[in-house]
Amino acid sequence: MKGIVNQLWLIPALPLLAAGLIALMKRPQRKPAAALAIGSMALAFLVSCVAFVATLQPETGKGAVQLTHNFVWFDLGGSALRLGWLLDPLTAGMLVMVTFVGSLIFIFSTGYMADDENFTRFFGFLALFAAAMLGLLIANNLLFLFMCWELVGLASYLLIGFWFHKPSAAAAAKKAFITTRIGDLGFFLGIVWLYHETGTLLFYDNGAGCLEQGAIAKLVAQTTVGGMAVSTAISLLLFCGAVGKSGQVPLHVWLPDAMEGPTPVSALIHAATMVAAGVFLVARVFPLMGNLTADLGADTHAPHTMALTVVTWVGAITAVFAALIAVAQNDIKRILAYSTVSQLGYMMLGLGVGGPAVGMFHLLAHAFFKALLFLGAGSVIHGCHHEQDIRHMGGLRKLMPLTFATYAVGMMALAGFPLVFSGFWSKDEVLHAAMIWSPSKLPFLLALFGAVLTSFYMTRQMWYVFFAPRAEAEHAEPAAHHDDPHAQGHGHEPHESPRVMTMPLAILAVATVLLSLFATPVWPWFHAYLGGHLDHLHVGWSADSAALLTMLFSVVAVAVGVGVSWRLYSRSSTATDALGSRIPKLFMALEGRLHVDEFYAATVFRLNAAVATLSDWFDRFVWGSVVELTALIAKGLAFVSRSVDEQGINFGFDAGCQTTRGAGWLASKLQNGQTQCYLRILGTGVVVLIVALAWMGKN
Amino acid sequence: MTPLHGYLFVSALLFAVGLAGALTRRNAILVLVGVELMLNAANLNFLAFWRYGPNPEALTGVMFVLFAIAVAAAEAAVGLALVIAIYRHYRSSNVDEAATMKG
Repeated sequence: MKGIVNQLWLIPALPLLAAGLIALMKRPQRKPAAALAIGSMALAFLVSCVAFVATLQPETGKGAVQLTHNFVWFDLGGSALRLGWLLDPLTAGMLVMVTFVGSLIFIFSTGYMADDENFTRFFGFLALFAAAMLGLLIANNLLFLFMCWELVGLASYLLIGFWFHKPSAAAAAKKAFITTRIGDLGFFLGIVWLYHETGTLLFYDNGAGCLEQGAIAKLVAQTTVGGMAVSTAISLLLFCGAVGKSGQVPLHVWLPDAMEGPTPVSALIHAATMVAAGVFLVARVFPLMGNLTADLGADTHAPHTMALTVVTWVGAITAVFAALIAVAQNDIKRILAYSTVSQLGYMMLGLGVGGPAVGMFHLLAHAFFKALLFLGAGSVIHGCHHEQDIRHMGGLRKLMPLTFATYAVGMMALAGFPLVFSGFWSKDEVLHAAMIWSPSKLPFLLALFGAVLTSFYMTRQMWYVFFAPRAEAEHAEPAAHHDDPHAQGHGHEPHESPRVMTMPLAILAVATVLLSLFATPVWPWFHAYLGGHLDHLHVGWSADSAALLTMLFSVVAVAVGVGVSWRLYSRSSTATDALGSRIPKLFMALEGRLHVDEFYAATVFRLNAAVATLSDWFDRFVWGSVVELTALIAKGLAFVSRSVDEQGINFGFDAGCQTTRGAGWLASKLQNGQTQCYLRILGTGVVVLIVALAWMGKN
Repeated sequence: MTPLHGYLFVSALLFAVGLAGALTRRNAILVLVGVELMLNAANLNFLAFWRYGPNPEALTGVMFVLFAIAVAAAEAAVGLALVIAIYRHYRSSNVDEAATMKG
C-alpha cells in the first residue's frame, strides 16, 4: 500500500494524457473527447482513493504518514536537480477532493456546453487544468510545484478566455494572467532565495529537505534587512504567490472578472483548482511560515510568527472586504465570485491562526459547496437562456425545483447554517481559532462581521433568484436575448436543466452535508488525520467553553444576516434594491466594487502609462538622436568614399579600358580576312627590311 | 658564260612577276600560279649561287632545288585541294569572297 507513492505520478498523468489526445482530435469528435476527459478523471479519482487509504494508517508515535519518492531529473554540473512525489494527508485529502469535484464538473459540462461548437477544445483545456492542479498537489519539490502552478495559470487563461470573441472575456483572461503573474514574481524570488539558502527545493528528503528541521532552524537563525529572519522574508515572498493565485486583497481583482469564462470553468477555478492552489501552497510551506522545528501535534493554535500574522491580517481583511462588495452585486456569478474571495480570506485566516487543519478543512468544505453553488448557478443560467442578472430572474423555485433544492443546500453551507452543513463546522473552526488568537481580537471580529454579511448576501441572492415575483422578470427578459436561436427553440420560459446537469448537483449537495461529519467537536477526525494521530482519536464531546461561545456567536451571526436580509427584501418591490434605497451612497460604492479597479486604473495603470511615455520619449529623442547621429556620420563617410570611387578610381579604370578598346579596334582592322592583304603587308615588310639592311650596310 | 647578276636579274624579275600575280589576281588558281613563280625564282637563285659558289663540284644546289620542286609539287596538290574545298563552300574561286577570317 505504501508503494503507491511511486505510482503517484499516474494521477496527473491521466488527465494530461487525455488533454494531449483531445488536442489531436477534430472538432466534431465531441463524445470521445468528453468520454476521455471524464474517464481519465474518474481513473485519477480511483488512484487518489488508493493513495488516500494509504495515508489512513499512521505508524504509532511517528506522526502523520509522509511518503516520498525522490528521483534525479537531470544532472547540472556537479549537483543534480531532483524532483519527487509526496504523499501525506494534506496531499491525499486534496487529491480526492479535486478528482471528485473535477469529475462532477466535467460531467456537468457535457450538459452545459452541449450547444457550444468548441466542445472538444473545452474538454481538452479542462483536462489540462485538472492535470496541472493534480501535479501541483503531488509535488515534493518547490520547483515542480511552481511549474504546475504556472500551468494552472495558463489553463485558467485559456478557459477564462474560452469565448475569446467576446472582448470582455479576452480582457478578463489577460487580467487574470497578468495579476497572478505579479504575485508569481514574489513567489519565484522566494524560490530562488530558498534554494540559495538551503541548496535544495525538495520539501522532504530524509532530513535534508527545505521544510525539515535542519533547514528551518538554519533559516530562522539568519537575519536579513531590518532584522527580519530569512525564514520570514522567504515566507512572505512565497505568500505573494498565494495572494495572487488565491485572490487576496489587493490582488483579488482578477477573480470576479474571471466570471467571463463558461460557468463550469468558474466552478473549477473557484472550487477545486486555481484558487485552492494558493491556500494549498501556504499549507504546504506551513512549517516554514510557522518556523516549526518540531511537529505541530494536536494543538489547534498556530505559532505566532510574523509571516503567519501577515497571513492572518490579509485573510481577515479580504474576508470582510469581498463580502461587503458581494452585498451589492447583481450578477449571479459575480456574487459567488466575491463570496469565493471572501471565503478564501477565511481560509487564509484559518491557516494564520489555526494551522493547516483549520484552513484546509475550510478549503475542502468550501470546494464542495462552492462547486455546488457554481454548478447550480450554471444550471440557472442555462435554464434562463444565459441570463445572469438576478433582478431578471425570480420565481425559479417552482420552475427549477431540483436546482432550487441543491442550491439551497449550497447557500446554507456557505452562510454557515448550524449543525448539518459542512460550512458551519469549518467556518466555526476558523472563528474559534481566531477567537483564541492572542495577539489581537480584531481578526475574529472582522470574521464574525464577514459571517453576517455572507448570510446577508446569500439570502438576498436566494430571494432574487428563487422567491421574487416572476411577473417582473417576464417583461425584462425578452429584450435581453431576442436574437438567441437557442432561446427561441425552447421558448422564453425558464426550464429545469437536463439530468446530466442536475445529477452532479445532487451528488455535491449530499457530499456537502456528509462532509460535516468529519470535523465536528464530537469526532474531530479531520484534525487527527492531518495531524497524524488518528490512533489517539476519541469520540466524545471535546469542545471547551470558548468553542461553545464561538458556535453561539456564529449561529447569531447567521440568524442576524438571514433575518435582516429576508425582512428587507421580501417586503419591498424588486424595482429598486431595498438596501440601495436605504443607504444609497454606500450601496453605490459597493456596487462599484469599492472602485478598486478604478483605483488601479488611476494609480498603477497611470504610473505604468507615465513610465511607458517617459521611456517612449527617451527612446525617441535621446537614443533616437544618438542613432540618427551615428547614421549621419556613416552617411557622410559613405558619400566621401563614393566620390573617390566614382571620380578617381572609376575614371582611371574607364580611361584604361577605352585605350585598350581603341587599340583592339585598330588591330582588328588589319585582320580583314583577305589573304592577299596579309601578303601585301608581308611584301611591304620585306621591302622595308631590305631597304633598311641596305641602308645600314652602307654606313 | 653569262655573269651571275644576269641570273639574279632574271630571278628577281621572275619573283616580282610572281608576287604581282599573287597580289593582284582574284582567282585562287592564278594566285597559286604566282606563288609557284616566286618559288621558282628562289630555285633559280639557289642554282646560280651554287654554280658561282666556292665549290661547285658538290651538288648541294641541285639537291636543294630538287627537294624544293618535290615539296612545291606536294604543296601545289594541297593548294589545289584547298581551292576546290573553297569553291565547294563559296561556290566561287574568288579569294576576296573568302574573307570570313577577319577580326
